[in-house]
Amino acid sequence: MAELPHILIVDDEAPARARLRTLLADIADDFPHRIVGEAGDGLAALELLTKVSADIALVDIRMPRMDGIELAQQLAGLPQPPAVVFVTAYDEFALKAFELAAADYLMKPMRAARLLEALKKARRLAPADTLLQALAPAGRMRLRVVERGNVLLLPVADILYLRAEQKYVTARTALREFLLEESLAHLETEFAPRFVRIHRNCLVAIDAVVGVVRESDKAGDSDPHWALCLRDVPEHLPVSRRQWPEVKAQLGF
Amino acid sequence: MSITAIPPALRLPDFRNLGVWLRVLLVANGFLLAAALAGNRSLALLPREVGELAALVEPALLLTLALLFVLAPALQRLPPRLAGLLIVMLAVATTAGIGGLLAQVLGGENSWRAPLAAGVLAFGTLLWFDLAARAHAPALAEARLAALTARIRPHFLFNSLNAVLGVIRDDPRRAETTLEELAELFRALMQDNRELVPLSDEIALARKYLEIEHLRLGERLQVKWDVSDCPPDVLAPPLLLQPLIENAVYHGIEPATTPGEIRVLLAVKGERVRIEIDNPWLGEGDHRKGAGNHMALANLRERLLLFYDLEAGLDSSVSDGRYRVRIDLPGKRKARHG
Repeated sequence: MAELPHILIVDDEAPARARLRTLLADIADDFPHRIVGEAGDGLAALELLTKVSADIALVDIRMPRMDGIELAQQLAGLPQPPAVVFVTAYDEFALKAFELAAADYLMKPMRAARLLEALKKARRLAPADTLLQALAPAGRMRLRVVERGNVLLLPVADILYLRAEQKYVTARTALREFLLEESLAHLETEFAPRFVRIHRNCLVAIDAVVGVVRESDKAGDSDPHWALCLRDVPEHLPVSRRQWPEVKAQLGF
Repeated sequence: MSITAIPPALRLPDFRNLGVWLRVLLVANGFLLAAALAGNRSLALLPREVGELAALVEPALLLTLALLFVLAPALQRLPPRLAGLLIVMLAVATTAGIGGLLAQVLGGENSWRAPLAAGVLAFGTLLWFDLAARAHAPALAEARLAALTARIRPHFLFNSLNAVLGVIRDDPRRAETTLEELAELFRALMQDNRELVPLSDEIALARKYLEIEHLRLGERLQVKWDVSDCPPDVLAPPLLLQPLIENAVYHGIEPATTPGEIRVLLAVKGERVRIEIDNPWLGEGDHRKGAGNHMALANLRERLLLFYDLEAGLDSSVSDGRYRVRIDLPGKRKARHG
């Protein structure tokens, strides 16, 4: 027998979580499931998801620390993202987005039948990119970093450069490096105007560039090449010959 | 106690309004007929005399109205009294101008009486428009007040109902009390809210509201009341406290990660009532949250203006990590009967 769908409840109000539990219990015969956890905000949900897996997340929109919209953005970056069903009381801004993207959402208070319908649909549908686009036109502002079971959120604006190294991508900020679980190509398209590709394995934040230098390898076995100097970090980042015209144009040299 | 009058200022009519034109033409022509009748020597001569007067008055009148039509936007920007004076002078000048022209073309005396009469007529007409506008003003103010009376956020209503549904099976008694409080809150909201009410009623209403929010938010919401210096019979506009406290919950408690405290201070000093409500300041947050707050405050400010004219003040500030709204009202008391 196939495993029951795992459901995660994310809402900052205890009675609202209780209500969802009650309704889920009521529809258990029609929709057998297992509640794998409850979280009081988006960040807590992300932390929970490092320990358990979920197929469907019922997500409130207005929450402290990380709201439902950002949670959905972060979930979309997971290798196996749960389907997100938004549950909202009333938020003109969000409702407009739902209508634009023609996506399903639940209005508090809701009936059991309506929840059942949304859950059945959620199993078939992946979370729609168009909806996230409509809810947060600016896209993600923070990247998810998991360190020793803790979830950190790295503001995209703090990143000076991103470098691909074997399995991982390293994000360098003025303070230190962070390991990301996302591909460089994906990050490049998502944050297109902010970063420029200077090398096969490196993206640089355009506003962090403070200068260029011409340098050659210490061994002197290759031709001299251009390298970028960035604020707050000592290292110079080599620009590949292939990317140089593009970099020059982007930086306005 | 009802709404005080709007600040006194001369109200000018809209000179681009057809109704205004019609009234001006009626008044001026009635005046013309009356003047002709008063100076009439024999009834047989009346048509001729009216015709002579009309030859002067009608062009001057139409010229004045046409100029006012053109100048209307500029006049609106001037201080009303100055604009009124200019209008009177305009009427005098056009009449004198047309009179001089007629005297040159047709011959005959150029009298100073016609321009003077035109000035008096213009002055009288402006006064009449002003009185008419004043007579309609209270109705307008009451309608505006009714429209402005704070509405509860739909967000609050639906979240509260959801919270009641959330506890109804495990804690029916709690659900019962919350529904009763919700009913009372809505009864107060739907009342005729154009009269001042005792501050004690406002406090009771705000406490009911906070009880409901407490069910949803639990320990996250903490409230400190300081009403010891506030006599309960001081009057205040209805629905003054609750919307401010709702704002404080929405902006200062709901988005916060740690429990927060809302402080409400009511004090009467001499003839003034001071109300202060403050909540943790969480920064600007995202753009869509800020707008609602400004709306709520602008709304309240306008209601205070309608109730107290310029005698009440409202300001908001951020200091020491807290957002604070201060209101200052004249401390009116309930009139004692008997």
